[in-house]
Formats: sequence, structure tokens, C-alpha cells
Amino acid sequence: MKKIIDFTVKENKRLNDDTILLVLYSSELPEIKPGQFVNVRVDHSPSTFLRRPISVHDVDVENGLLYLFIKIVGCGTSTLGEIEPGQKLNIILPLGNNFTIPSSGRPLLIGGGCGVAPMLHLSREMKARGLSPVVLIGTRTDKDILRKEEFEKYASVYYTTEDGSFGEKGYVTQHSILNESFDHIFCCGPEVMMRAVAGYANSKNIECEVSLENTMACGIGACLCCVTDTKEGHKCVCTEGPIFNIKDLKWQI
Amino acid sequence: MADLSININGLALKNPVLTASGTFGYGTEFQDFIDLERLGGFIVKGTTLKHREGNPYPRMAETPSGMLNAVGLQNKGVDYFIEHIYPTIKDIKSNILVNVSGSTVSDYVATAEKINELENIPGIELNISCPNVKEGGMAFGTSCASASEVVNEVRKVYKKHLMVKLSPNVTSIQEIALAAEGSGADSVSLINTLMGMAINTKTRKPVLSTITGGLSGPCVKPVALRMVWQVAKVVKIPVVGLGGICSATDAIEFLLAGASAVQIGTANFIDPMVTVKVIDGINDYLDQNGFTCVRDIIGLI
Repeated sequence: MKKIIDFTVKENKRLNDDTILLVLYSSELPEIKPGQFVNVRVDHSPSTFLRRPISVHDVDVENGLLYLFIKIVGCGTSTLGEIEPGQKLNIILPLGNNFTIPSSGRPLLIGGGCGVAPMLHLSREMKARGLSPVVLIGTRTDKDILRKEEFEKYASVYYTTEDGSFGEKGYVTQHSILNESFDHIFCCGPEVMMRAVAGYANSKNIECEVSLENTMACGIGACLCCVTDTKEGHKCVCTEGPIFNIKDLKWQI
Repeated sequence: MADLSININGLALKNPVLTASGTFGYGTEFQDFIDLERLGGFIVKGTTLKHREGNPYPRMAETPSGMLNAVGLQNKGVDYFIEHIYPTIKDIKSNILVNVSGSTVSDYVATAEKINELENIPGIELNISCPNVKEGGMAFGTSCASASEVVNEVRKVYKKHLMVKLSPNVTSIQEIALAAEGSGADSVSLINTLMGMAINTKTRKPVLSTITGGLSGPCVKPVALRMVWQVAKVVKIPVVGLGGICSATDAIEFLLAGASAVQIGTANFIDPMVTVKVIDGINDYLDQNGFTCVRDIIGLI
């Protein structure tokens, strides 16, 4: 069941020039599955009319904490960047479907830029279920490698940077870990990266799910603005996604 | 507790708050947030004779105090609605109206005829004002002759409440409203979205796949209010006002301007509970200002 909750901001931590980590508390935190997202109302930003859909970075069920990893892009996210502990954030959650956690096999989780956000929750959940996830993080430079210690708690983590300042130089699809064998791939990041990963998965016949982030208005399947083209016609990213198996999309890969 | 009930030409509403088509899905999307039976009614997604995929993505652009959409009437067609959706909503004790659209007069007529058979649908909202489809839609609502024709033909087959949704993208909305009234409409609802556009200066391309789209949200409210006031002065049938309503105060403005009921649209996206807040707020306003009945404030301007 979806809820509208006023969360209390516990912490707003700046991770680098344009990324923040919000730690939010509510005694009513509902169950959230890896890959789901929330829709955040941004108050005090006159040019921000709609809510901002943000993927769930992590949850701490016992303590009622929700972690959001947010890249500051425009006015809405800039306003979120200024929010202070003690203030309230009105959030609709949980929204969308979730990643399909396999019962066995070796999963590879690929996050590009702020697309790493949902991969922490996913790797935590996988580890809890006895899997040994491998996480591959791709960014522009070492300054964008964030939450490293957290990821390393739950997964073997590999890195690429475009400038070679950390990990292997290049794009995620060029990393040497891809020479090893995997049974499942889960990917979130810029669409061009996800298409490249989808192409790799397809060529190796590996099951692959991607997380899409089309612009949305309602987040609950009412407005039909966020559709993506699938083999079964237009589907709402907010309710029938954001996670799609690449076999269902019409990507030319 | 004031009396919020209102009868709009035979359609009995427990309160004057409806939801606008295309912003409320089939109602069920909002069931986690509100009790649908509290609503005066809700108007489900634009329905056409045949399945429509709608326009390509991107279909939406956020604007100052509003948004542009170019969904293009994506829906699975009236037969799918009757078989798969109607059974899931028909027992909700509220007025469920179906928004009917089409590319040709015969499409409108065939769709309305099928919906006429549904016992628990007390009315339709004839959409002659959608700006996002190439054929039909708004084309019917921008001239008196074509508006009259489609309303006349649908009236012949549709026996229940016939609400006609008007476009603001016209020279005189009063004339179109009079044409709809003269052709047998039981009420008119206005306004549909205003045609607009947005450009991405980084890519130097339009934001929407269709270039133009329909503007909605608080930014259109003053225009909508003015048009409701103008239309309410010239027609005898009830006027249902919509356009940017986000609060009880907004809704009361429309009632004062002459609307007998209101629809809430885009605001549902930001606050899925807005409708019940507006209902409660209208009641509080009436109580605080010494009115016993919502009908007493309609058209005071």
C-alpha cells in the first residue's frame, strides 16, 4: 500500500560538489523493495511544480530510516540540497516495481554516476539472501566515487573512471571484470550506458534488468506521461517500471 | 456542517467536487490515499472507440506553476473499458463519468452508445477539446458548427447526463458553449488545457515529441475562472469549472464565478489527497461565512 508520509530530515550530508545523501526518519516507514522509488514534494522552490521521483538508496527498517542519494541537477534538487535536519519532507512511497532478486547464481550490479543509488539497497538485500553480489561503479572522476565503504560491506566492488583517476580507466563496459561470467545483470545509470550494458548482456545471453528514469508527473500511473515503448506497447515507468527486463524494451541492442 | 449537495441537471452530486479526466486514472490509482466515495464524482480517462497508444515519449514538460502534457488519449478502447475496468469500479458509490473522445463523429457516437448501456455510469463528458490528437479532439470544439454536429449526434444515442468539455483555444468560448447547449448538452465543463509549447535550449529542440501540448495547473487558473464566469452568464445549463484548482479557495472562486461544480486535475499529481481537502475546505468556508448550503454561493459574482 502506498502512503504519503511527512519524513523528518535527520541528516543532509554533502557527498561531493553536486551530490547529497538525505537520511530521513518516519515511524511509519513501509516495506520498500530494492529498485522502488519515492516521489518527493519540494516546498519553497517556486519553479518546482511537480514532485521529484528519487530512487531509494537504502532503508534501515529497524530504525525507520530512508536514505536518498540525490544528484543536484536543477532548482528542485538544489532546494533539497539546502534542507536542514529537523525539517519535514512530504514523500509518497513506495512506488514502482522492483529488481528481481535471483535465488542463486552470480549477480553483477552496474551503477553509472548517480545510477549507483538503488544498487546499495539491492546489494544489501542480495547479501542477506546468501548471494555474493559484484558491484561495478562507473563515474567521470574519483570525486564521484561515493559511498565506497558502504558498498564494500555487501559486495565485491570494482570501479571505472573516465579519466582513470580511480579504478580502471574507461567506461563500465570496458572493465576487465566483464571477462568473468555472471548469471544476472542489474543496471542503473545514463540511458546510453544502460544500452551499452544491455548490448553486452544480450551478447552473452545474460538476464538483464535496467532501471529507467523517464520524466514523470504523478508517479502512480494516473497521468501516463512517463511511458516507455515496450514490445507490448507503451508502459508507465512509474507503475510497470522503473525496472524493465531488456527483453521487453524496444532498444536496438 | 453545510449542505454540500448539488444537482446538476439531473446528476445528483453529494458535493461539487469531481476529478478531471486524465489526471485521476480510473480512480483506483488513488484508493490508497482517499476514500473515493467521498467525491462528488470522478471522470475517468479519455476513452475512444479503439485502442490508442498515444503520442511518443516525451509527453510532459514542467512549467512555472504548471505542466504541459501531450499524452494523446492513450487508452485501451471502450470495449476493454467495459470488460475489464468497469467491473472493478462500478460499485464505488460515487458518480463515475466517462470522458469520451474520438476522431470522427461516428466514433463518438459508437463509443457513447456503448457507455449508455452501463448501468452505473450516470453520464459522459464529451471531450471536444483535446489538443493532443491529430484528428478530431479539439477540432470539434473550435467551431460552433462542428461542436453542434457532434453534440447533436451523440445526444440522439446517449440518454443520460451529457457534459460537454470545452476548449479554451477559441475566439469565443461563449459561442461554443451556446452551440453545445443548443444541441442538447446537459452541462458544459471548462476549461480543457491551453495549447502551449516548451523548448530545450541545450538540444535546441522542442521538449515534447509533438512540439505543442496542453498547459494545465495553477498557471491557467485566472484564464479558466474568467471563461467560467463568461460562460455561466450566457448559458442556462450548469457549468462545471476546472483549470488549476489546488485548494478550497480556488474551488470557491469558481463557484462564486458561476460554476455549479468543479473538477480537480493536475493538483492530484502533487497531492493525491487534495480532493478531500477541497471538500472539507468548502464546508469550512460555508460554515464560517454563515451559508447553510453550497448552492447559495454559486454565481454570486
